[in-house]
Amino acid sequence: MSDTQNLTLVQAVRDGLHTELREDEDVVVMGQDVGRNGGVFRATEGLYDEFGGDRVVDTPLAESAIVGCAVGMAAMGMRPVPEIQFSGFMYPGYDQIVSHMARFRARSRGRFSLPMTLRAPYGGGIRAPEHHSESKEAFYAHEAGLKVVIPSTPRDTKGLLAASIRDPDPVIFLEPKLIYRAFREEVPEEPYTVPIGEAATRREGDDVAVFTYGAMTRPTLEAAETLAEEGIECEVLDLRTISPLDREAIVDAFEHTGRAAVVHEAPRTGGLAGEITAILQEEALLYQEAPIERITGFDVPYPLYALEDYYLPSATRIEEGIRAAAEYEP
Amino acid sequence: MTEGVFDRAYDDPVRVLDEDGTVVGDVPDLGEEELVGIYRDMRLARHFDGRAVSLQRQGRMGTYPPLSGQEGAQVGSAAALAGNDWIVPSYREHGAAFVRGLPPEKTLLYWMGHGDGARPPDDVNVFPIAVPIASQVPHAVGGAWASKLRGDDDVFVCYFGDGATSEGDFHEGCNFAGVFDTPTVFFCNNNQWAISVPRERQTRSATLAGKAEAYGFDGVQVDGMDPLATYKVTKAAVEKARDPSESRLRPTLIEAVQYRFGAHTTADDPTVYRDDDEVERWRRKDPIPRLERYLRSEGVLDDERVDRIEAEVETRVADAIEAAESVPRPDPRALFEHAYAELPPELEAQYAEAETLREKAGDAAFLGE
Repeated sequence: MSDTQNLTLVQAVRDGLHTELREDEDVVVMGQDVGRNGGVFRATEGLYDEFGGDRVVDTPLAESAIVGCAVGMAAMGMRPVPEIQFSGFMYPGYDQIVSHMARFRARSRGRFSLPMTLRAPYGGGIRAPEHHSESKEAFYAHEAGLKVVIPSTPRDTKGLLAASIRDPDPVIFLEPKLIYRAFREEVPEEPYTVPIGEAATRREGDDVAVFTYGAMTRPTLEAAETLAEEGIECEVLDLRTISPLDREAIVDAFEHTGRAAVVHEAPRTGGLAGEITAILQEEALLYQEAPIERITGFDVPYPLYALEDYYLPSATRIEEGIRAAAEYEP
Repeated sequence: MTEGVFDRAYDDPVRVLDEDGTVVGDVPDLGEEELVGIYRDMRLARHFDGRAVSLQRQGRMGTYPPLSGQEGAQVGSAAALAGNDWIVPSYREHGAAFVRGLPPEKTLLYWMGHGDGARPPDDVNVFPIAVPIASQVPHAVGGAWASKLRGDDDVFVCYFGDGATSEGDFHEGCNFAGVFDTPTVFFCNNNQWAISVPRERQTRSATLAGKAEAYGFDGVQVDGMDPLATYKVTKAAVEKARDPSESRLRPTLIEAVQYRFGAHTTADDPTVYRDDDEVERWRRKDPIPRLERYLRSEGVLDDERVDRIEAEVETRVADAIEAAESVPRPDPRALFEHAYAELPPELEAQYAEAETLREKAGDAAFLGE
């Protein structure tokens, strides 16, 4: 067994970037404050000193050019890893993401490929100022040509980041900043990948299948333990990639429970919960025993933080939703 | 060459030939074949343009953006590049792309709605056409940046119009190019009109070239309808990008002052927003007769050679049209190809679903034929 380090999720991001910078000289990390400062969350700490300012690049404050320049670099075969400091600031780069990053391969009929990974911390719960807490992953999952990866553990973070950087296609890599430092896990020191597009079963159970990802994985597991005391056994699936979705794992989990809930902090309308519900309708309708519960953020602008605990699905809301799915009788 | 080109006021355009083809500036060092090549490529672009508009009118091609009037800027600039240099075009630079080796049938196919027209051949250093205005500017900076990081000496020439200089991506791209000193040449085809909005409505800046001041690199205006002047300026900019001096940054912003004789696209009617007098004034600056007069006076061209070039260009465009029109409609499978490097299972399933119905209903049900 290889050596491991006991890392937080954000340290695993840093370790993953370090490993890929070391393994492949075409990898370039770029963004605001990623160099000398080591990133506002310390996700790039020490990388500038080790790899220099040409590979760990402090850029001007301009999201569209950060993404757009990475598009040009990737078209030339480099593997840029641009960072947007908070996902709430991705919108100035949105045209570059959807008009070019997502479709450069398709619109050049395969002449150009964009092996780039756009990283951003996302999600709420850290008492942050306005525009620092949103979950807009559905925007990117809706966009053909992108892959969208959201880890929830340090070990997965390093492996999924490596898989994203090595992938021939562009990846949006969203990091749940609420759990950047929430817990530690043994993370292998050596390079490894965790495959994009595969969900992980975090808890087994036969009563309700619960689908979630990112920072909501922990309160979902917490709720599952509480419900187990009441005799409700949940199967909890951490999706890890929301585009492409692991449809097979989603359907399998539903087939042996017949009941399901989806938990995400993003707003409900147009969110991933609707997509997962549709998959279950299409592929496992006759297994269904209860309405599928969507336990999500509300369809309101993300609040200032005095109210964010009411906005975000908490263990209490998650328990209540799963209980409804478990106890439903026609 | 560099000094004379860059050390001048922003509103003092570099000129070589006047409207009559008389020499008014230093003629760049070009051999007879190169000079004739520029003339021939301008004739090719002009003839192609006329045929393309006509194909659109006959319903044989979709909406098309004409370039007539802009050949001097496109051909002169592209002729100044070395083999490995790249051009990053907007949607009107067909002439520049041909100079770089893009087969004209590719351009026709693209505007006929075939995806394959958007794929430049592997040995042609042309980025895919970018439709969203100025969005290609950061790509040209990123590509050049990659070239610099890898120690290559490829230069990236980015084309865009006067309207693009109002976009954020123009500013952000130029700003990055200055900060990271990338080997990028920003070539602004200032054709006076962004569809119906005149140049004066884009900015209070007296020149577009002068915007370079804000980024710390050289800006220069050139008579964009003088192919020898655009060649000369681009050559100097490319040389500086490849081999910078200590006192100057690699990037250059070139404002090529010119005019589009025709519509913005075949879907546009320019008589709504501009006068015929204005068009006529600019037509007198037409780059093609201008260079022809000069080359005739130098004894490089005569009637016989001009006729031969005309016949050659006509054949080439006719062949390209025939080649493009003989390409069959792509198989629907092409919808799914290249969305990703490998087709994900869900897209395989969507393709299978589409194929099943297509087999059942027949192509006619989809195509309305």
